[in-house]
Amino acid sequence: MSEKKTKRRDFLFTATYAVGAVGVGATIWPMIDQMNPDASVKALASTEVDVSSVNPGKTITVLWRGKPVFIRRRTQEEIAEAKAVSLKDLKHPEKDEDRAKDPEWLVMLGVCTHLGCVPLDQKGDYNGWFCPCHGSHYDTSGRIRKGPAPTNMEIPEYKFVNSNTIKIG
Amino acid sequence: MSDHEYTPKSKFGKWFNDRLPLLTLASHLTDYPTPKNLNYWWTFGGILTFCLLTQIITGLVLAMHYIAHADMAFDSVEHIMRDVNYGWLIRYIHANGASMFFLAVYIHIFRSLFYGSYKSPREVIWIIGIIIYLLMMAAAFLGYVLPWGQMSFWGATVITNLFSAIPLVGEGIVTWLWGGYSVDNPTLTRFFTLHYLIPFLILGLVVLHIWALHVPGNNNPVGIDIQKPSKDTVPFHPYIVIKDGFALLMFMIVFAFFVFYTPNILGHADNYIEANPLVTPAHIVPEWYLLPFYAILRSVPDKLLGVIAMLSAILILAALPWLDTSKIRSAVFRPLYRQFYWILVADVLILGYVGAMPAEGLYLLIARVATAYYFIHFLVILPILGFKEKTLPVPLSITEPVLGGSPNLAGARIKNKENL
Repeated sequence: MSEKKTKRRDFLFTATYAVGAVGVGATIWPMIDQMNPDASVKALASTEVDVSSVNPGKTITVLWRGKPVFIRRRTQEEIAEAKAVSLKDLKHPEKDEDRAKDPEWLVMLGVCTHLGCVPLDQKGDYNGWFCPCHGSHYDTSGRIRKGPAPTNMEIPEYKFVNSNTIKIG
Repeated sequence: MSDHEYTPKSKFGKWFNDRLPLLTLASHLTDYPTPKNLNYWWTFGGILTFCLLTQIITGLVLAMHYIAHADMAFDSVEHIMRDVNYGWLIRYIHANGASMFFLAVYIHIFRSLFYGSYKSPREVIWIIGIIIYLLMMAAAFLGYVLPWGQMSFWGATVITNLFSAIPLVGEGIVTWLWGGYSVDNPTLTRFFTLHYLIPFLILGLVVLHIWALHVPGNNNPVGIDIQKPSKDTVPFHPYIVIKDGFALLMFMIVFAFFVFYTPNILGHADNYIEANPLVTPAHIVPEWYLLPFYAILRSVPDKLLGVIAMLSAILILAALPWLDTSKIRSAVFRPLYRQFYWILVADVLILGYVGAMPAEGLYLLIARVATAYYFIHFLVILPILGFKEKTLPVPLSITEPVLGGSPNLAGARIKNKENL
């Protein structure tokens, strides 16, 4: 009899703790989630860029989600150089075809994957980009070749709205 | 420490003290028995309290004029410098005050390392101190972001990106810290809030730090326990108060030199250029007091391992009371440890120097050797040394070597002076 009562009491305790924990969690979550990107930040998630004035061998930098995006119209030599690289030589193996849908246009986040600096255009040992902060070298396809960065520079979602306009995001 | 019962003299004092024993606390702090052989390296606790209060008071004033908004922060700092009455003075005290705070805390930490102040029974004081040190670094970093100059922006970008090294959840944490997809206005406003909060957390921990200190009492240059309080100690007031006050005055001369003669020498010129998310400055360096850890971060070629090495370099200090196996506290009686101590000091200074240099060639090699040695000191040398080292005889009491004692001990005391 008394044993049975104890079990009922245990169940009540456990149930109370469980409901209490859910309540505390539900109260804390808004305090944590308020720090995530808000609606006004998310609303700026895509941007359209006119690239008609960009000649081969030129890069323009546009701001998307507060980050620089490099849009480079590559020369034939750069494309050939990027395609000639063997995947075995890459720290983060990616084919150039997978990074530039239209080989003439390379659209990528101008953010070093090490600690987020903006790499410099046409610098470094591989004719691509060089990050001045901690010395990462990227090739003409924006792939990491030397230095502490772990991965290639990121390709954002983008598409050609028409032949002169790229929509990023 | 003082066991005697305190009774206020006045009737009102007694009435009040029975209800809230503030007078008992004041009496304890006044009479607190302090080892009479403390040297000037022991004055930095008081100096650090001064630094904390200076930062809180000047910070409160600056917050009355500063605007935490990405479009206005930079201009509001210039407004403080040019328009606000004595704004230049208050800002320069606050900015240089951070450096003075770290200068004092490094001396305070290295004093503990020399005299073994972290050892039993003072481990909790030590660990609270390490937490304070971590919070100081957080506060300094957050505060450096607020002027919204180029170094502010890119320093914030680099440091927050350290979290992206965490597998799986790293990117999510960084976005959460930023409140967006890059360092921007939401980041600035939350950094301002946290920068305002942390000094008060530090203040609370300082109270615990001193409370924990007052349980066993101060360590001292010979590193032995107090035998007879009546012979080995002096009351905190007036002896230590006046000595701390004199040391503080000397410290304030150095402080004032920086504020009035070279207020920008410890900063970076790039931070007088407004933040620009499209251009990274050619050479990003943290403030001088973070350079040794920055050198450790850069000396590891892998991103995640670099971050782990840097954090371990700080957290390893918390384990120090257990890594140092020697029963003798003071380096005065540890001839080998004393040498390794100075090698460690040199090692940290070298790390600081290469942290300010580009991470390539010879600098990178030196940084790697110095990083390796830093960990070897704590993980290999200290544990082994406790068993292998032949220590010198320790005096029987604090008073003994002062009053002559054996010639051997008198020699040890002179050596001690030479080393400092």
